[in-house]
Amino acid sequence: MIVSKDVTAMTASAPAMTSRLHAADVTIGYDRRVISERLDVRIPDGSFTVIVGPNACGKSTLLRSLARLLKPADGEVLLDGRAIAAMPAKALARQVGLLPQTSLAPDGIVVADLVSRGRYPHQGLIRQWSVDDARAVAAALAATNTTELSARLVDELSGGQRQRVWVAMALAQETPILLLDEPTTFLDIAHQIELLELFRRLHKEGRTLVAVLHDLNHAARYATHIIAMKDGQVVAEGEPKDIVTAGLVREVFGLDCVVVPDPVAGSPLVVPLGSATLS
Amino acid sequence: MTVLDPPAVATVPPRSRLPLTRSLFLAAAAVLLVVVFLLSLCVGARGIPFAEVWQVLWRPDGSETSYIVREMRMSRATLALLVGAALGVAGALIQALTRNPLADTGILGVGAGASFAVVVAIGLLGVTALSQYLWFAFIGAILVTALVYALGSIGAAGATPVRLTLVGVALGAVLGGFSSAITMLNPDSFDDMLRWSAGSLAGRGWPTLVTVAAPIAAGLLIAAIVGRPLNAISLGDDLARSLGANVVRTRVLVIIAVTLLAGAATAAAGPVGFVGLMVPHVVRWFTGPDQRWIIPFSAVGAALLLLASDVLGRVVIAPQELEVGIVTAFVGAPVLVALARRTRVSAL
Amino acid sequence: MTVDFGYRTLAVQRRGWSGIASLRAALVTLALAAATVIGVVVSISTGTYDIPLDEVVGGLLGTADGGTVLVVREWRMPRALLATLLGVALGMSGAIFQSLTRNPLGSPDVIGFSSGSYTGALIVILVTGGGYYAVAAGALVGGVVTALVVFVLAYRRGVQGFRLIIVGIGVSALLAASNTYLMLRATVEEQLTAGVWGSGSLNGLSIAELVPVALVMLVLVPAVLTLSPALRVLELGDDAAGSLGSRPTSIRLAAIVLGVALVALVTAAAGPIAFIALVAPQIARRLTRSAGVGLIAAGVTGALLLVISDFLAQRLFAPLQLPVGIVTVSVGGVYFVWLLVRETRRR
Repeated sequence: MIVSKDVTAMTASAPAMTSRLHAADVTIGYDRRVISERLDVRIPDGSFTVIVGPNACGKSTLLRSLARLLKPADGEVLLDGRAIAAMPAKALARQVGLLPQTSLAPDGIVVADLVSRGRYPHQGLIRQWSVDDARAVAAALAATNTTELSARLVDELSGGQRQRVWVAMALAQETPILLLDEPTTFLDIAHQIELLELFRRLHKEGRTLVAVLHDLNHAARYATHIIAMKDGQVVAEGEPKDIVTAGLVREVFGLDCVVVPDPVAGSPLVVPLGSATLS
Repeated sequence: MTVLDPPAVATVPPRSRLPLTRSLFLAAAAVLLVVVFLLSLCVGARGIPFAEVWQVLWRPDGSETSYIVREMRMSRATLALLVGAALGVAGALIQALTRNPLADTGILGVGAGASFAVVVAIGLLGVTALSQYLWFAFIGAILVTALVYALGSIGAAGATPVRLTLVGVALGAVLGGFSSAITMLNPDSFDDMLRWSAGSLAGRGWPTLVTVAAPIAAGLLIAAIVGRPLNAISLGDDLARSLGANVVRTRVLVIIAVTLLAGAATAAAGPVGFVGLMVPHVVRWFTGPDQRWIIPFSAVGAALLLLASDVLGRVVIAPQELEVGIVTAFVGAPVLVALARRTRVSAL
Repeated sequence: MTVDFGYRTLAVQRRGWSGIASLRAALVTLALAAATVIGVVVSISTGTYDIPLDEVVGGLLGTADGGTVLVVREWRMPRALLATLLGVALGMSGAIFQSLTRNPLGSPDVIGFSSGSYTGALIVILVTGGGYYAVAAGALVGGVVTALVVFVLAYRRGVQGFRLIIVGIGVSALLAASNTYLMLRATVEEQLTAGVWGSGSLNGLSIAELVPVALVMLVLVPAVLTLSPALRVLELGDDAAGSLGSRPTSIRLAAIVLGVALVALVTAAAGPIAFIALVAPQIARRLTRSAGVGLIAAGVTGALLLVISDFLAQRLFAPLQLPVGIVTVSVGGVYFVWLLVRETRRR
């Protein structure tokens, strides 16, 4: 069981872990409100990292800093040892992609058009639709099972379909690292699982994924690496089977529970105690 | 006037503000209103000391002072009160109905309709009497608003705020163009038309007041009963229906009220546009989003603004007068900008 | 691999350059451009006295008789070309602002430009009696200074969109009131000069005015086209745009500067003809059935609208010349309302 802020202690018991994306001692917040102070987080390469924690613990703030949407007041975010703040915008966008929490679809836009806008980092002024672009868009549509929807208006899609289309746009970006900000919130359970299975597939293909998820059980089942945050700091980090325990849940969420092995996947399953009892 | 999509905000009137504080504020504002009213009776091309004004108010004695105070200034001040209240309430209603804090009555084409009718009257029909402009302006305002509503309602969706806004702005612009064309073709009447369009309370007299008092009173009455349903509508049509508000009926009532209020006000004083946009904004920042408070506060606040501006206009370049439409902009704009620079700019 | 866009597309994929467009949008844009050319030719050949087409060509080439060459080269062609160029500028400027504000009513008025330029022009007219270049300069300075003032007043650790709008409205109202005040105190001739200028007019414009406008357009239009892909990405929201590799604040600033520059050019050359900036992008969007706001289509539509409007302004009440701004509002406004009504019928 690992409950520690010290990442080096963890790596001693695991195979050598490299991380391209590293938030080095960052202090981040909005306006005058500081959310996290001197936070140090490394994202293991090739992992499916999920950040969990109660509301307003700094999960999204951390993710947005990793995506360079927020500038740290102190410290810096590094990619391959280089500060991302100094990288050209398109160069970074070819390495790190983000699925934001809220996005706007222009009026009357068609799915294929929206997805193809994800190719922006690869396009130039006179190279607006190369063979690579067409291939990437078609592949992204196929991966998210939205090829049949490609001619439909985005406005007319259901919530689940629309979210898949936004994921397709992020996929068309063809980045080795993909950040996902609450991708499953507001979806029904079937669509949530569908999306998570897609992420697992993408992960198996070699991508590094970092997602902020609300559902602890989803995180436990699909993640290969969990970062638990509270009050802007990392409380615990590691593999789900080591991290997700009743003690951690109580410490981070203030919730009493029982943790049992998931009968299907074997991963930890959090069962809240509440007022129901077995009698 | 540029109008933007409202941000998706669902607001609930805050419970933290005591109704008592707001009542106190309202009472204070009303007292201030009376003070400025009395002030306006004393001020003008010829300043009259307060003692004399007070005496002549209660014991008319046929003297010149009596005439100035009772016939000219009192009718003017009362008109300012009425027109101000009408503009303020009309602005508040329109902003609530379209869920858009940038809306003003101009988007329904009231000002454009009134101006166009007056331009036709002056330029094509040779009308010269102020009292006759009144009727043209009022009828023009009503006709154009009806047209905007009719065009905006075509189709299944009905008169949604966005459609009303688009149609209103387009029609308003077209009428403005026609007005300019007529103006160009009749350069002699250019000055008259310009003067009317500056917005002024000068020389209206009791007859004008009596004519517009009825529609304004009717409009204010409707506004009083429509406050609660409007609160529901500000949350969105669907939510409003589920709360029991009759959306279509409220919409129609509000448009009738706005037409009466803004139409009568514009007919009486010419287009004084800025007041209806600015006052509800400022009021909202102090009262919160509850329409039942916004409406009375807007009435008093706008009346105060208009009365004070009228007084200022008579004083600033005495013995000449500065039109009230110009003064309200000069007074209101800096206040609006200063308030916009405060940290928390609420959307609705 | 082909991607199904739901509409027929025109794609070019070479090694050096590639691009894609909706077939309908491309055809409609070409048709609008062709219509504009026809409009220009008609404008040149009709007038106080008509010039048959073959002589128009002769007039352009200098082979026809002196009178025809004069009329064609010095008066009619420059005016028609100016209408085209200024129309393009207006259409593109409107498209930029509507894309930035994500609102069909977005226009340069948002930052108080029109009122400011009117004030500048008025002051020049009242002080100097008004010569073309003086008034143009006054309008330009007035508009730009106003835009800057609005920006500065709205700046509080960054420019929040909503605050910018409110400050813009406040400043515009203030300036509009000042304009009315100045107008009321002016003589009748000054009022008329100001009124005519304020309605926008291409009267009396010739080669001398065409050349500087053409030169400025040569700089601005390519700049705007370069910005176009970034603007499209910005329409997805700041977060998505930022993560796709654009810098939203820089793009927005560049777009505002270019949008204002285009409108400033038109205002200086012909007075405020802002209505085309409002309707041209919307009309273009509905005709091409495209998503978002297309810059090129909007520009071509603006050109067509202005050419038609100028033609009507000259011929409708001949020999009286109407200011073109009045015609654009009437024609553009009516067409816009018709489109709006038709749009809901179809849904």
